[in-house]
Amino acid sequence: MNSFLAQLRTAALLTLVLTVLLCGAYPLVVFAGAQLAFPAKANGSLITDATGTVRGSALLAQLFTSAGYFHPRPSAAGNGYDAANSSGTNLGPTSQKLADAITAAVTAYRAENQLAADVAVPADAVTSSASGLDPHISIANARLQAARVATARHLPPATVAALIAAHTEDRDLSVFGEPRVNVLLLNLALDQAR
Amino acid sequence: MNSPVAWLQLVLYVAALLLITKPLGLYLVQVLDPQGRTWLDRFVRPFERLTYRVCGIDPAREQGWLGYTVSLLVFSVVGLLLTYVVLRFQDHLPLNPQHFPGLSSHLAFNTAVSFTTNTNWQSYGGETTMSYFSQMVALTLHNFTSAAVGIAVAAALVRGLARQSAKTLGNFWADTVRVTYYLLVPLSLVLALVLVSQGMIQNFHAYTAAKTLESGAVQTIAQGPVASQVAIKMLGTNGGGFFNANAAHPFENPTPLSNFLQMLAIFSIPSALTYYLGRVVKNQRHGWAVWSAMALMFLAGVFVAWRAEAVGNPIHQKAGLAVADGNLEGKEVRFGVFNSALFATITTDASCGAVNAMHDSFTPLGGLVPLFNIQTGEVIFGGVGAGLYGMLIFVVLAVFIAGLMVGRTPEYLGKKIEAYDVKLVMLVLMVLAAALLGSTAWASVSTWGQAGLNNAGPHGFSEILYAYSSSVGNNGSAFAGLTANPADGNPHYNTTLAFAMLVGRFLMIVPILALAGNLASKRLIPASAGTFRTEGATFVVLLIGTVLLVGALTHLPALAIGPVVEHYLMHAGTLF
Repeated sequence: MNSFLAQLRTAALLTLVLTVLLCGAYPLVVFAGAQLAFPAKANGSLITDATGTVRGSALLAQLFTSAGYFHPRPSAAGNGYDAANSSGTNLGPTSQKLADAITAAVTAYRAENQLAADVAVPADAVTSSASGLDPHISIANARLQAARVATARHLPPATVAALIAAHTEDRDLSVFGEPRVNVLLLNLALDQAR
Repeated sequence: MNSPVAWLQLVLYVAALLLITKPLGLYLVQVLDPQGRTWLDRFVRPFERLTYRVCGIDPAREQGWLGYTVSLLVFSVVGLLLTYVVLRFQDHLPLNPQHFPGLSSHLAFNTAVSFTTNTNWQSYGGETTMSYFSQMVALTLHNFTSAAVGIAVAAALVRGLARQSAKTLGNFWADTVRVTYYLLVPLSLVLALVLVSQGMIQNFHAYTAAKTLESGAVQTIAQGPVASQVAIKMLGTNGGGFFNANAAHPFENPTPLSNFLQMLAIFSIPSALTYYLGRVVKNQRHGWAVWSAMALMFLAGVFVAWRAEAVGNPIHQKAGLAVADGNLEGKEVRFGVFNSALFATITTDASCGAVNAMHDSFTPLGGLVPLFNIQTGEVIFGGVGAGLYGMLIFVVLAVFIAGLMVGRTPEYLGKKIEAYDVKLVMLVLMVLAAALLGSTAWASVSTWGQAGLNNAGPHGFSEILYAYSSSVGNNGSAFAGLTANPADGNPHYNTTLAFAMLVGRFLMIVPILALAGNLASKRLIPASAGTFRTEGATFVVLLIGTVLLVGALTHLPALAIGPVVEHYLMHAGTLF
């Protein structure tokens, strides 16, 4: 019994020591290092405008619906693009609800971009991302939206195409991941091109 | 699968893993020896000594298997209680800028068990439930300690194999402290800062209100001390995310490079432990044989999941989706099909459970791979420590089967494997299978079980099967459509899943420590011409065969009425 109590005492004391070290000191050291070395990134890669108002994060999708902006992927985060409630649809491959949503999204995508009924739609354009906050779309998706955006903004197609190219991110180190276009950064650039 | 860049990424991943296995394994040898010397001694030794003095630990006093087990259980219970209390009363604690209320009793119990057992199943949504204090204290504490405990148990088992006529397995407290101080903390510090350089956040701000570009509406952006938690979440194969979307959230996995590093972090320690095994039992080729069996099964899983996701869903393709894009529902563009399938395989080979894509939305066969990985016991590199001791269970079984085939008393590394040892091994395998399948069956026919589903038809059954597989396997990933924490407050899922996690952790660890104690007490028999060799291709094939046979015999019937039947229904165009 005495030895059990000794074990309990050791366990309690060790838990206390580890709590101070691992839950206090460790995150604070990371915090200090992060804020010193990468302050913008450690605080969420926030984008502020000329007045100092935060307009979003370069890493998070936000809602765009008008013809003059590029549209992000569909979102299941909260009521859509809720950056305080990330989520996917979690609908499975034989879900009627998912099949209906994709069919409706395909029809809408073809209509707003004036595509023929037999044009294959980029999968990322009509499927919800895992986080609901995916900031990127595929290059194919961006190119299919380019004509609509150029028309709505009365910009030459070449200007929009150049902006897409400028905001296309290559694979990391040319190897990892997929090439992609950041929607929010591209739309910001569009606003500045006007 | 016809993308050369994807193949290159796979080659780079395996090469990087291979490269760190030996140096990290050698480092582990020093860490797990109380007299070991490391290049961090100068900085860490004072903290280590101080901790021993404060807690009354004598690192030189070794414990028998029973003493080791009691210490482990007492330590786990104390940590569990602390976490439970913090979660219940987080509204009275600091660092709660969003004023989240305390958790309900069953959710706090589920979460405390979940993190104590290294499962990290998330019945809650991180950014909608947890204060920063809860994340940092209640959850991160276990990210470290449950990982350290797992490694300690693996070390005890390996010592049991290496020693002869011995009564002790080491000192639990010293093992736990040394693993934490010399291995987990330094690696986490470095990894956390590298991850921040990729865009991962680390701050204590209240959530930011952004004025969106198009409409000017407010987008509330969750913040928090993410990087410090994610580093150990991966290195300790914990997997519990800061955010609900886990490693799919751009703040928790900003770039493909951060994704690569996180995947590497998951396998690094489990892989190094196979080298540690070889070194301590003085048979390095055996260590590499175990590594090879793991690597081959890993690659097989990757190919199946990758192909299934690349082929995609014919129902959606008929609706107009580009066929070449594969299945992107529940995946992020920066990772794409390949890195999502790779991550899903890695996180379930190990008992990590972090996800960078929603497994619930994978194609049936793409979702079958993670499910089967968990059900075979997460022995493909596996959880930190848990993967090695889980695999050694199968090694003992494989050696026993080989012994039966040739009609000799089976030996493993010079230790006779006798009835008592095999009984312990079978106890582990049968208790886990019974808990997994029994609780799945119960939930499947219960009102509360069906009420939590997000999908109908065979996929709904798969959600339940995945939930109990994940909790018994201490994995923590999910077919996340399942609501374990319903609005009406029904506690059945939270409670049954919590008990499944406790069974999966401690009814595995206790028999394994008993086995370690029994092996340590045996004499070493010199190898002879008739000894079954536990290295080389024959052994690797036998080991893989044993893992697959046990896994398939136990779980194929359940898989058949879940993902397998769904695969055929999907190709027939059936919807639910």
